[in-house]
Amino acid sequence: MSNAAIPTSAAAKEESASALSFYGIWLIAAAALVVLPLIFSSGGSLTSFSLIGIAIIFALSYNILLGQTGLLSFGHAVQYGLGGFLAVHAMNAVASHNWPIPLPVIPLVGGIGGMAFALLVGWVMTKRAGTVFAMISLGIGELVASSSLILRSVFGGESGITTDRTSLMPLFGWTFGPQIQVYYLIAFWVMISAIAMYALTRTPLGRICNAVRDNPERVEFIGYDPHVVRYLAYMFAGFFAGIAGGLTAINFEIANSAYLGATQSGLVLFSAFIGGTAYFFGPILGAILVTYLQLGLTNVTSVWQLYFGIIFIAIVMFAPGGIAGILMKHRPLIRAGTLRFVIPSYLVAAIPTLALALGIILTIETVARFSGGDAINLFGIPFAATAPTTWVTAAVLLVGGFLVARITWRRIAEAWDRAATVARDRGYLA
Amino acid sequence: MAELIVISTLNGVLFGMLLFLLSSGLTVIFSMMGVLNFAHASFYMLGAFFGFQLTRWIGFWPALVIAPLLVGVVGMGVERYGLRNTHKHGHVAELLLTFGLAFAIEEIVSMIWGKSPVDYRVPAALDFPAITVFSTNYPAYKIFMLVVSVVIFIALLVTLKRTRVGLIVQAALTHPSMVGHLGHNVGRVFMLVFGVGSALAGLAGVIAGPSLVTQSDMAALLGPILFVVIVFGGLGSLPGAFIASLLIGLIQTFAVALNGSLASVFGPLDPSLGASPLTDIWNVTIAQIAPILPYLLLVLVLIFRPMGLLGTRES
Repeated sequence: MSNAAIPTSAAAKEESASALSFYGIWLIAAAALVVLPLIFSSGGSLTSFSLIGIAIIFALSYNILLGQTGLLSFGHAVQYGLGGFLAVHAMNAVASHNWPIPLPVIPLVGGIGGMAFALLVGWVMTKRAGTVFAMISLGIGELVASSSLILRSVFGGESGITTDRTSLMPLFGWTFGPQIQVYYLIAFWVMISAIAMYALTRTPLGRICNAVRDNPERVEFIGYDPHVVRYLAYMFAGFFAGIAGGLTAINFEIANSAYLGATQSGLVLFSAFIGGTAYFFGPILGAILVTYLQLGLTNVTSVWQLYFGIIFIAIVMFAPGGIAGILMKHRPLIRAGTLRFVIPSYLVAAIPTLALALGIILTIETVARFSGGDAINLFGIPFAATAPTTWVTAAVLLVGGFLVARITWRRIAEAWDRAATVARDRGYLA
Repeated sequence: MAELIVISTLNGVLFGMLLFLLSSGLTVIFSMMGVLNFAHASFYMLGAFFGFQLTRWIGFWPALVIAPLLVGVVGMGVERYGLRNTHKHGHVAELLLTFGLAFAIEEIVSMIWGKSPVDYRVPAALDFPAITVFSTNYPAYKIFMLVVSVVIFIALLVTLKRTRVGLIVQAALTHPSMVGHLGHNVGRVFMLVFGVGSALAGLAGVIAGPSLVTQSDMAALLGPILFVVIVFGGLGSLPGAFIASLLIGLIQTFAVALNGSLASVFGPLDPSLGASPLTDIWNVTIAQIAPILPYLLLVLVLIFRPMGLLGTRES
């Protein structure tokens, strides 16, 4: 009797502990969203936070497709952009008719716009998954982006359509003119959307989406139509992408055809994949990193997009789980207490890997600035792009770094194997 | 009108043959390796820029041979060190790798050669009007392009249908593991096919560069059309890719040449209706919608014949 009671109460305790940590994470996230602008209150950081918030919703919505349902889309910006356009038109209509609709509701309009478009084209698009879906999404993306330049009265041609977010009805005295108010509006929607999307992954629909991703044939055998499941997932993804688009429209007070374009679709793919598609928080990390890099690197280098491409290729080739995948790989090791086996090899590998990275950066910047003749300022050390010493330094860092780094990477793999073996013996790793 | 039709047909066939130089490689790579090579149009762009640079250094004719070979080597490197290592992560990872490559190649090209078009000129030996159709002089360079692409097309056909290598490639298209069991080095076949496919794309770039615009966004402009071609023709079908290339080449060229709109046929709309999507559609010319025609075609094909024109499989 008492024997039976102990495990149950232990299980209950564990359950409540995990529930506590689960809700704790969400509460911490919400608190962070509230507190962040109070700590970093400069205009620049407020703008950055707003953009990061939007990017988080967008990347999470993309992950409903890629991570949850296994649909690789190259045209996700279509729903995002159409949501943005609908939001702008809604704001203009609300302002001109003096409807009593406050600004915070507008992103919902964007979401409905994204969902409506998904509803329209989704059935044909989601007939098949895999490469075919990828190509169709690319084609639809190009179709909409090119059409937007033709339908000038709706999309405003090259210049886009502008709006004024302060012309709507104020809410509790907030006019949403200052960036801080817009930030809180975005933060509110980030929280709502993130919770909703997380909840979606826990519903039977979310689970069957995972099943469709992993084995559509078996899904058919248990009586579900994978086509319908993909269609539903596509609509949900479109809805949240539309919310992100609506928020962007509010943030910039404009919607133009660049919102719909291939660059935007590529960026969200980068965010989601670099962050890691296998875990819910992966795209959040990716969105933060990519947006931060995008904002930070544009000031430092003219070829920042190349760095994105290189980071992306490196992730695809060496860590297809993304940053979240790398982090979560260490979890069983931490639990088993064998992380200390791998830490030294990481520290050893860090030096040549850093040298390799610096070599790559120096090479790229040398090539990029060769004709312009600008000086390169690499973390405080000046280099002249036309000087042979720079070329030699770059070559030595690149080649030497690679050769040494390769040896240390092998050491990591060995140390990792040892740690994993011990963790497996202790029962923390399947 | 007859003049327009003749010239547009010539241009359309030319563009179609160029598309086929690219789509043939893409189709063969796709059916053999299951990889949709996003970077294929980037190899075309690399060909154009290599051709431009080599023409400056050593002249057009050596460049015509060397630039495609260089692109082929780059392609083989991508297969050997990129795709082969990524293969274990599945097709999505491979597709994403080529996507990242396409992105990186565009950035590298614009970093080295700048974002504005480079001055890649038609070689002097071919810079004269070859034939006169009605009143239009048709440039000799375009005839040269047509001849090169037709020669490559025939060479490809003969290689695939009449040689031992072609036999192995054909077998590897449908039964890669069986070909491996028979003792052929499938990995090397893949690498060679990838290299040849990239070299063909590079060749298309070298010869198209002087005639079209050689610019760092040329891959991004052509890439999606290329995918339309191979989906439209039927994934994995070479004859399908051929027909689709010609068809899309012709459609694109004719659409650009035509200046009609609904307004010019039925007269302008009543101005009292005001600006609306209807007036946009009413006033848009066929030339203006030329860029979206391929994608419209793609959507139509996917609705009515999902396996494409001559395709046999759905995915």
